[in-house]
Amino acid sequence: MAADARRHEAARARWLVSGPPLLYLLVFFAAPTLIMVLASFRSPGEFGGLAPLRDDTGALDLNVDAYVRFFTETVYAQVFVKSLVFALVTTLVCLALAYPLAALIARSPKKSRDILLLLVILPFWSNFLIRIYAWMILLGPNAALARAVNGVLGWFGAGPVPLLFSSFAVLVCLVYVHLPFMVLPLYANLEKHDPALLDAAQDLGASAWQRFWRITFPLSLPGVYAGAALVFIPALGIFAIPDLLGGPDDTLIGNLIKQQFLETRDWPFGSVLSIVLTVSALALVGLAAWLGRGATRGAERVGA
Amino acid sequence: MPLLDIRNVTRRFGDFTAVDGVSLAIEAGEFFTLLGPSGCGKTTLLRMIAGFDLPDAGQILLDGVDLAATPPERRPVRTVFQSYALFPHMTVHGNVAFPLQMAGTPARDIPGKVAAALEDVRLTGFDRRYPHELSGGQKQRVAIARALVTHPTMLLLDEPLAALDAKLREELQIELIHLQREAGITFVYVTHDQTEALALSHRIAVMNKGKVEQLDEPSVIYRFPRSRFVADFIGQCNLFSGPIRANAAGAVTLDVEGLGAVKVAAQTALAAGAPASIALRPEQIRIGAGDAAAPADNRYEGTVADLLYMGDVTVYRVNTAGGARVEALLANSQTGRAKFFEPGDRVVVDWPAAAGHFIED
Repeated sequence: MAADARRHEAARARWLVSGPPLLYLLVFFAAPTLIMVLASFRSPGEFGGLAPLRDDTGALDLNVDAYVRFFTETVYAQVFVKSLVFALVTTLVCLALAYPLAALIARSPKKSRDILLLLVILPFWSNFLIRIYAWMILLGPNAALARAVNGVLGWFGAGPVPLLFSSFAVLVCLVYVHLPFMVLPLYANLEKHDPALLDAAQDLGASAWQRFWRITFPLSLPGVYAGAALVFIPALGIFAIPDLLGGPDDTLIGNLIKQQFLETRDWPFGSVLSIVLTVSALALVGLAAWLGRGATRGAERVGA
Repeated sequence: MPLLDIRNVTRRFGDFTAVDGVSLAIEAGEFFTLLGPSGCGKTTLLRMIAGFDLPDAGQILLDGVDLAATPPERRPVRTVFQSYALFPHMTVHGNVAFPLQMAGTPARDIPGKVAAALEDVRLTGFDRRYPHELSGGQKQRVAIARALVTHPTMLLLDEPLAALDAKLREELQIELIHLQREAGITFVYVTHDQTEALALSHRIAVMNKGKVEQLDEPSVIYRFPRSRFVADFIGQCNLFSGPIRANAAGAVTLDVEGLGAVKVAAQTALAAGAPASIALRPEQIRIGAGDAAAPADNRYEGTVADLLYMGDVTVYRVNTAGGARVEALLANSQTGRAKFFEPGDRVVVDWPAAAGHFIED
């Protein structure tokens, strides 16, 4: 009775707390996704947008034309593969750069840690687009970097190369933008490691290299996976960076989707591209989690 | 030649001298204990033997070879950590196999050696468990198996039983004694628990403020503490201090405040008036109702102030007429009696001159 009432109360409190965010996600995430799935089966309108759901005869106008187009015209698959490669390279470069940094922060004295972490997230204080424009200046043909590179190339008789509007520029900026998302989860993981484990490993005969690969790295895998997901997924769908810094060949899946909705105004095909992007991102992250399930066993308990 | 020779080792951290000119020689096959309160330098000394820390001055020699240039991973010593430090992402088998893999043992020999090590610590069949699936005692056994599997020259144990409950601790103490005897490996054991040190060790070095206060067999340390610190740290002890009143024919008499003259059998060169102490174990004191007491060298009347009933024994705290406090211990082994006195009872405490131990301050 009294206990039942208390339980009832607790359940209501739970709903009160979790209700608003749940509602928010339903209205602004689940519903639009459903609308998009529906749009992918409709026909494009004559002047953009969508054709009426029922045609002149009154029959439902649903088809898989847009899907057929995606899977038959290889140019789209190529853009897709290119996006995957860019996202993968970005993730690996971020991992290689972030790991030593995260380890350094995790091992520095408690007082300086907060300052170092602040420095990692400092770029977020200025606008995303402004930071990309800054790269346009840094990589521009008259900037010191391009002059130095082309000066060295000139010594070897190689022609000058443009740094801006190239795949190189896109990758550099992708890494720059996503690096903090790799550093933070890695730091959160490495910071929990018990230093006694490394002492024990050393005592048992492990060299510095062996201590890293046998102890530190396997224990950090949950952080590596979290960071990889946080970098890979947004990098896969990004359009602003290739738009501003890429050359004509650097169109990625994100640009393609943007084009379909804003320029070509082919909403059904844009929807198909979005769905393929979402599904493949989910599938890849799921695959990675499945492959890593054995490796992370016990590693979640680092802090225990 | 001793197996481990520690010569004049000093280690400072800023202004604090953690280890202050310590010299020790540990023989092969010995169960050697470094005993002392926290901050006495025992763990720093152990870390220097393991190689995690280096002396600021002095030498550590193993089998006559200076270890200074040898990093921890290449020293033939193994450490058992207080926190166990088992690798959480490896099974019990993986943990115990780790040092074998590091030593380059052929893969086909590893399962046999791991099984033998697990059998030694009575954990056969636990190979596939992960550390988080083990109890505290089991974790400590895995840590010991992992340290012993490569048959090191020396095993260093840093308060290995501190995190376990009393019952389990006693069980593991007996296992450690057996393991050490059977493996024939030199154990260097660090603890702040004097009963543990007395129970396990062949020899004990009692440390205080970075120095070794006394190095002896457990019974000698208990019976003949060399300093007030050792007497006080090892077991319960009454410490009576005061100037020497008389010193003649193997008997010294001290003037102790609250008691008056206290006699002890001792040889000393100290003249009358010099300060000195007498250490007296509670179990050496006789406590009686005072009715038919035999004449004794030291005899004082008093009242029972407090008592601690421990089941097997009872500790009585007696306030003497002069205002001194004497702690006496009585076994409750006599049939029909649980306690002999109650607080407030008038009693007489006495002990022979030979019961006390004379300490020059």
